[in-house]
Order: sequence, then C-alpha cells, then structure tokens
Amino acid sequence: MPIDTARAAVSPPRETVARRVSSTLSARPRTRLGLLLSAPLAWLVLIYVVALAALLVSALWTVDSFTGEIDRGLTFANIKEITTESLYRTVTLRTLGVAALVTILDIMIALPIAFYMAKVASKRTQRFLVIAVLTPLWASYLVKAFAWRSVLSDNGIFQWAAGYLGLGTPGYGLVAVVMTQAYIWLPYVILPIFAGLERVPNSLLDASGDLGASTWQTMRTIVLPLLTPAIIAGSIFSFSLTLGDYITVNIVGGANQMLGNLVYTNVGAANNLPLAAAIALIPIVIMIGYLTAVRRTGALENL
Amino acid sequence: MTLSTPVRRLLAALTGLILLVMYLPLAVVVLNSFNTSKSLTWPPPGLTFDWWVRAFHSVGAREAVITSVQVALASTAIALVLGTLMSIALQRYDFFGKSSVNLLVILPIALPGIVTGIALNNAFRGILGLQLSILTVIIAHATFCIVTVFNNVQARLRRMGGNFEEASADLGAGIWTTFRLVTFPQLRSALLAGGLLAFALSFDEIIVTTFTAGAGVTTLPIWILNNLFRPNQAPVVNVVAVVLILLSIIPIWVAQKISGDTDALR
Repeated sequence: MPIDTARAAVSPPRETVARRVSSTLSARPRTRLGLLLSAPLAWLVLIYVVALAALLVSALWTVDSFTGEIDRGLTFANIKEITTESLYRTVTLRTLGVAALVTILDIMIALPIAFYMAKVASKRTQRFLVIAVLTPLWASYLVKAFAWRSVLSDNGIFQWAAGYLGLGTPGYGLVAVVMTQAYIWLPYVILPIFAGLERVPNSLLDASGDLGASTWQTMRTIVLPLLTPAIIAGSIFSFSLTLGDYITVNIVGGANQMLGNLVYTNVGAANNLPLAAAIALIPIVIMIGYLTAVRRTGALENL
Repeated sequence: MTLSTPVRRLLAALTGLILLVMYLPLAVVVLNSFNTSKSLTWPPPGLTFDWWVRAFHSVGAREAVITSVQVALASTAIALVLGTLMSIALQRYDFFGKSSVNLLVILPIALPGIVTGIALNNAFRGILGLQLSILTVIIAHATFCIVTVFNNVQARLRRMGGNFEEASADLGAGIWTTFRLVTFPQLRSALLAGGLLAFALSFDEIIVTTFTAGAGVTTLPIWILNNLFRPNQAPVVNVVAVVLILLSIIPIWVAQKISGDTDALR
C-alpha cells in the first residue's frame, strides 16, 4: 500500500526530531521545568491572580447611584464605608464568630472519631469507617443544608424528638447556621486529622505508655503536638468555607446576614459591584492573615 | 500505648454517635421523598411514590444534570492536565518562588468560594466585558479543581520517589518514553482519584457557579436552589437529593477499589 511506504519513509526523521527534543530537554532541567510550569502557572496567574487584583482595583471604583454606571475613578469611599459603618462591623464579627464556633465544634467532634479510626479500629472497620465518613462528603452541599432545614422545621424531627425532653427546636437562626455548617464541613475536618493521626507512629505511643505516661498525658504531650498541622489544615477548610457562605444562611439562618449575603446582594439586587468587591476584601484579608499565621506550622502541606 | 477497655468503649460509642448524627439528616431526606405531606411534617402522615414519578418526568432536573455533567467533565479534564504538570514541577524540581507557587495552587480553595466567585464575575463581566456562559463556569470550576488533582498526584510522586525514573533514563529512555512507561502507570490511580474528586467538587459547587453562570446556564445545584422554596417542587427536590446521595456512593467505591489505601480519596 502506498500510504504505508510513505509513512515508513517519513517516520525515521520524525523519530530523530522527537529524540533530539528529548535529549535536549534531559540536558536542560530549567527548560523542562519551564515547560511543565508554564501552562498551569499561566492559567492560575492570568485567570485567578489577575481577577483577584482586579477585584482590589474594583473596590476603589464607585457606582453612580443615578445611572447605575460604574465610575472608574479611584476613591477610597467604599473602603471607608466598610471600615466605618457599624453594619459591616456587626456582620464581620458575626461571621467570624460563626466560623470560629463551627471550626471549634468540628475539631472537637473530629478528634475522637479520627482517633478511633486511626488507632483503635481494626483494618476492616477502618476501611468501613473511612467510607462512612466520606459518603456524606460527596452528598450534595445543598442536600445537607436542605436536610437540616427539614430537621429543624417547626414540624420537623428535631421538634418531635426534643419534645420528649421538654425542649423545642432552635428554629432558623444563628444556632441553626452553626449546627448546619458544622455538620456540612465535618468530613473536611475529620479526614486531614485522620491522615495526620495515621502518620503518628504507634511505637511513639507505646514508648510513652511504657515510660509511665497516662493515656491523657500521652494524648496531651505526644499526640496533640504532632497532630497540630493536621488540625490546622482541617480548620482552614471549615473556617474558610463558613466565612464565605451565604446559601446555608439563606436556608436556615432566618433574618441573619453574613458577609457572603452582603456580597451577594450587592452584586445582584443592589447592582453595586464595587461595594461588593470591597466587602469581599474582608474575608480575603482574614484568610490571608490566617494562612500567613499558620504557614510555619506546616499545615499547608497537610491540606 | 494500650488504651483501657472503658476508653476504647467510650471512643467506639462516640464514633457510633457521630456517625448516627451524620446519617440522620440524610435519612430524613430519604424518608421525606416518600412523604405525602408537602410541608415535610414529622412523622410523615403517609408514604407515596408520587414525587419519584414526578421527579423522573422533570425536564428541568434532567437538563440540569446534563449541564452539570458537561461542566464537571470539562473542568476535570482541564484540572487533570494542569494539576499533573504542576505537581510534577513542584515535586521533582527546586526553584525560586516554589512556596509561592504552592500557595497559589491552594488559594482558590483556601479562600472562601464567594471570593473566587465575585473575583471571576468581576473579571469576566466588568473587565473583559464577556457574556457569562457555560464556558465561564467551566473556567471557574477548573481553577479550583486543579488543587485536588495536584494534591493527589503530589502525594503519589512523593511516595514513589525518583528512582525508577532515573533508572529509566540511565537505560536510555527519552523523557516522553519514561513518562509513558514509568511515571504515568504509577500515577494512574492517583489521577483517577484526583479526577473523581475534582468531578464531585465541580458537580456540587454552588457559590462560585451562581457568580459565573449566565442566565441560561442551570447546573443541578442551581436548579435545586431555584426549586427549594417552591412548595410544589420541594418534594421533587427531595427525590433528586436522594438520587444524588445514592449516586455519590459509586465514586467512593470506585476510588476505594482502585487505590485500596485511604488517602487517595482526599
């Protein structure tokens, strides 16, 4: 067949080109690194970093309240508004409080179950538990928020069960937000802590016990310090995810607003993108501060 | 450290209790999908299959699933390529600014979704003057999905070490041959796990999606959100939710089967 002959005639030089490229590259690690990095770095910088920088600039723009047009003259009016008006302080503190509470709750719940999974359960039980913890992680976020709306509703199962104890449902409000958020992000906190505990060598725990430490002492002086990066890694998820959420707040939060709600209303209904951008700077500043603070603990490698 | 029996029992009991609380709301959703009362009264006054039939015939839900799958497939594909390149670069080379690049990959999930959402919304609409579409959703999703592939591949590369690759090069294999015959086969399950996670992350994402989807683009989470507060649709949402819970078990089993070790699932 003519085509095959043609291919046979062409393929040797093509082979040498490929080889030449390959040998050039193996002699030049810098070029190799450049080629590897260029595409992902270009994507992240051109799309994400540029967008973040643009957000910063947009926060300095204003919207003409009359025409709704964006005025691209730079001014600190929005920044001044979010730093001086009490609404933003109240909402920021509320959001921070909710995020901190959710994170603390999640860590407190995650520690015993992760410890049981990593150090007590048999291999078989461990595999089962990992799947059991992971399944809700894959079930949709909205499904879970919606489930809590149903659980906490006036005629819901919570009311029904708590009725036997003479209690009522907390209803929709900040308590419901904290419960729902803590529930939704729990698997994200359990998994890094579980992974961190698995890396703590059993021999270390045995040695501590052999040297006479009580269980509690071993936990406090051996396990906890080694586990800190993993705990912080988990906290980054629960804290950050709660910080920017507005949908759970809409579903179970009642009339309360969080930072995310303010951003959302200003992008949509109020059509004030610059102010929304300025409000979005608050969680950015908080998270960057948090990430910088925990960077030295090695938590970022545990994400 | 040998734990005393009471401590073990206490931990086991706590674990059981936590799992119970984790599954109770999901069980309520399942039961509600058969609840004859639209207002989700507990205990259900009666059981019915009506909502399941209606959900099966819901065109909106079906179209939303198709859109979600398209978005998730496209953004997973992009994330797989970019995440793998990035993790090889960071795991096999040392260079100036490495830790900043590392932080840059993590940032899209470490910052709240609303930040990513509004930043991209602002960039697409305000700066570039683009029309929001399914494409802008894919771009946004791919950006935060890179990190899941990156994490999985990097963990695998770290455990693999570079010995096999060096041996391959010493035996005369070119860079491409080494990747194809040595590196890639070892990465395969990590790529699958990372890809599954990226797919799930994209499929479930709502906040970034609302900010980057145009008016005509309805992913499944957006459809659910739109119908959540409609009294006539809420029970149908329950059915969709149950289907999602059931479907979510598949990728976990797949990932568990292919890797056998637990950290590939993260």
